Amino acid sequence: MTTDAGLASPATRAINAETAETLGRRIDAVFLPLAALLVGMLIFSIFLLFLGKSPIEFFQIVYKAGFGTSFSWTNTLARAAPLLLAALCVALPARLGLVIIGGEGAIVLGGVAAGAVAMLAPGLPGPIGIIAMAIAAAVVGGAWIGGIGALRHLRGVNETISSLLMAYIAIALMNHLVEGPLRDPASLNKPSTAPLPDAWRIGEIPGVGVHWGLAVGIIGCIVCWLLIERTTWGFAARIVGGNVKAAQIQGLPAGLLMIGFTALGGAFAGLAGMFEVAAVHGSANASLAAGYGYTGILIAFLARHNGLAIIPAAIVFAGFEASSGLIQRRLDLPDATILVLEGIVFITILLSDALQDKVSIVKLMKGDRT
Amino acid sequence: MTKIWTPNRRQFLKNTAGVAGLAAASSILPGGVARAAGLTVGFIYVGPKDDYGYNQSHAEGAAVVKKIPGVKVVEEERVPETVDVQKTMESMINFDGATLLFPTSFGYFDPHILALAPKYKDVRFEHCGGLWTEKNPKNVGSYFGYIGMGQYLNGIAAGHATKSKKIGFVAAKPIPQVLLNINSFLLGARAVDPTITCQVIFTGEWSLAVKEAEATNALADQGVDVITCHVDGPKVVMETAAGRGMYLCGYHANQSKLAPEKYLTGAEWNWGKVYTDMVNATLKGETIPNFVRGGLSEGFIKMSPLGPAVSDAARKQFESTQATILKGGFSVIKGPLKDNKGNVVAKDGEAFAETDVKLESMNYLVEGVVGSTS
Repeated sequence: MTTDAGLASPATRAINAETAETLGRRIDAVFLPLAALLVGMLIFSIFLLFLGKSPIEFFQIVYKAGFGTSFSWTNTLARAAPLLLAALCVALPARLGLVIIGGEGAIVLGGVAAGAVAMLAPGLPGPIGIIAMAIAAAVVGGAWIGGIGALRHLRGVNETISSLLMAYIAIALMNHLVEGPLRDPASLNKPSTAPLPDAWRIGEIPGVGVHWGLAVGIIGCIVCWLLIERTTWGFAARIVGGNVKAAQIQGLPAGLLMIGFTALGGAFAGLAGMFEVAAVHGSANASLAAGYGYTGILIAFLARHNGLAIIPAAIVFAGFEASSGLIQRRLDLPDATILVLEGIVFITILLSDALQDKVSIVKLMKGDRT
Repeated sequence: MTKIWTPNRRQFLKNTAGVAGLAAASSILPGGVARAAGLTVGFIYVGPKDDYGYNQSHAEGAAVVKKIPGVKVVEEERVPETVDVQKTMESMINFDGATLLFPTSFGYFDPHILALAPKYKDVRFEHCGGLWTEKNPKNVGSYFGYIGMGQYLNGIAAGHATKSKKIGFVAAKPIPQVLLNINSFLLGARAVDPTITCQVIFTGEWSLAVKEAEATNALADQGVDVITCHVDGPKVVMETAAGRGMYLCGYHANQSKLAPEKYLTGAEWNWGKVYTDMVNATLKGETIPNFVRGGLSEGFIKMSPLGPAVSDAARKQFESTQATILKGGFSVIKGPLKDNKGNVVAKDGEAFAETDVKLESMNYLVEGVVGSTS
């Protein structure tokens, strides 16, 4: 390649260098997190050795339970489904520089909205019912998180704190609705909304054994990636994320973008709640507050708020969680073990960001040239 | 015969290393023995196994099952009532070969157990909570116990111990099971002194330590001097209450270790007996009935040994009432009885025995309970 470049004209050489640099950045973007994942696993192995457990056996179990059999894949993907949508609720606002950590609130309220639709109009035919639930959940989730974006833009309220606190309010609101006005009188010891009509239940993707929320999650991630990276709206959002003042001077509608992107993120989280109700629980109840919104934060940060990267990040974390049970049973380790692994991996991957400019293929290439 | 063969097989396996040995061993042994030696039982808990409460009571039952020869027990704790529990059950079936499962949390039943049972017809799902009906799959069973009787006995101990005539109850949610416990606790105390009142505080969650501590302190501030609770893990309530000088009545498991001087008694689950019976029936090839219930006399529940603070008079009334309950058919809810809003819940002469299914849709607090269901 160097000989080619040597023979080419200066203009072509510049283009080659540029494509090589872009390629280099791409490799960096994949290689660094992978290396950090391995380093995190190594550090965790030391932790295991102190406990007198074999790291090799540990990772064999993680592999077997998370990815080793077809059941393991079903298990992993079923856990990844809500995480994909939950992560988008963090990643989209993050591109505008907003750190939203209260996606859990939009998930539970989206689920309640879906349950409420089923109580209000149970007579609708299946497909229309499902669409009505999806719209209701997306609108409620979008309004909840969009409201946080609006508070930030109009009143200067810190969106991180307000989104977290509003998640608690959302859960309290859900409990109130499910135990009060929306309670199915037949749900005696576990207060829930009325069961969804059978035709409204969302089934599994044939051959995968996981509900359609997974497909919607993957499509959502791809759409968000296209929106951010390939449209003028996304470009404008990234400029707002870089510097709000500069964006406003350029005439970009920073406020509208902030509210729009937070609302879109919230709509995805609301959909996650809808799928929990329509594909898993069959009614809305307190089980909706399962913490997916919080795991979504980890995944979005791991993926550096890149829609496409959310997919593998969610699958890796879901695989870890799928193996948690077998680790408890085979190695007699507490359930928190996987959380420790997740925490260490999270930190090493974030730290690898700081090394971006030091250990980099791009830098190596540039170093050769100068 | 089984018992003679099992050690021989183990010995044989030990002496024959390698796959060939294993294959030879299993082909030599009669099928019945291999099956008996191979029963794997899975236990799933919603919280930690050592919560001094609901989950610990089940884990103590699992520990008893572990001692049965030829039975392997696998356990998993802190499994949420989401798709997680479905995958945990499938993982136990696929990776551990479990054929008898005890998913113990109430919320595991619908939709999770009901979704899996038709897929795994050879696996028996035994759920704690008593929800099974004829419409549900035949390989699903449910079991529960009349623990309200235990709270009634708690109430008798509390009625003798209270000086302020105010007793307290920290409750999770206003659902029938919890309401029956609150009402039973007060009615037990009123069997000692009809002027006693019971203040109840609902925390809204099954496991929320901060609110449980706040509720306990609030009750202490109001002059309550004996407390019990119905939350998943009573540890926080018991420790906080003991710190405020209150007497304690336990729930779910034995909490006397937390405050031996202040602990009067407690209503405990006795799952060890229930699980041993079910596992033994499975080993014998019998089918467990789909719907199993029991109280004190069936050994489903038991009382913690009376603590040092229990007076002789209290002991006497406690033991005679317990003897009456053990005869069966005892009614805590009997007329004339009003709820705390003045509505009649039991007419004069009307009585609801512990086995009465009407008690399972209870939606009121009886007269003397200070608090509201909504």
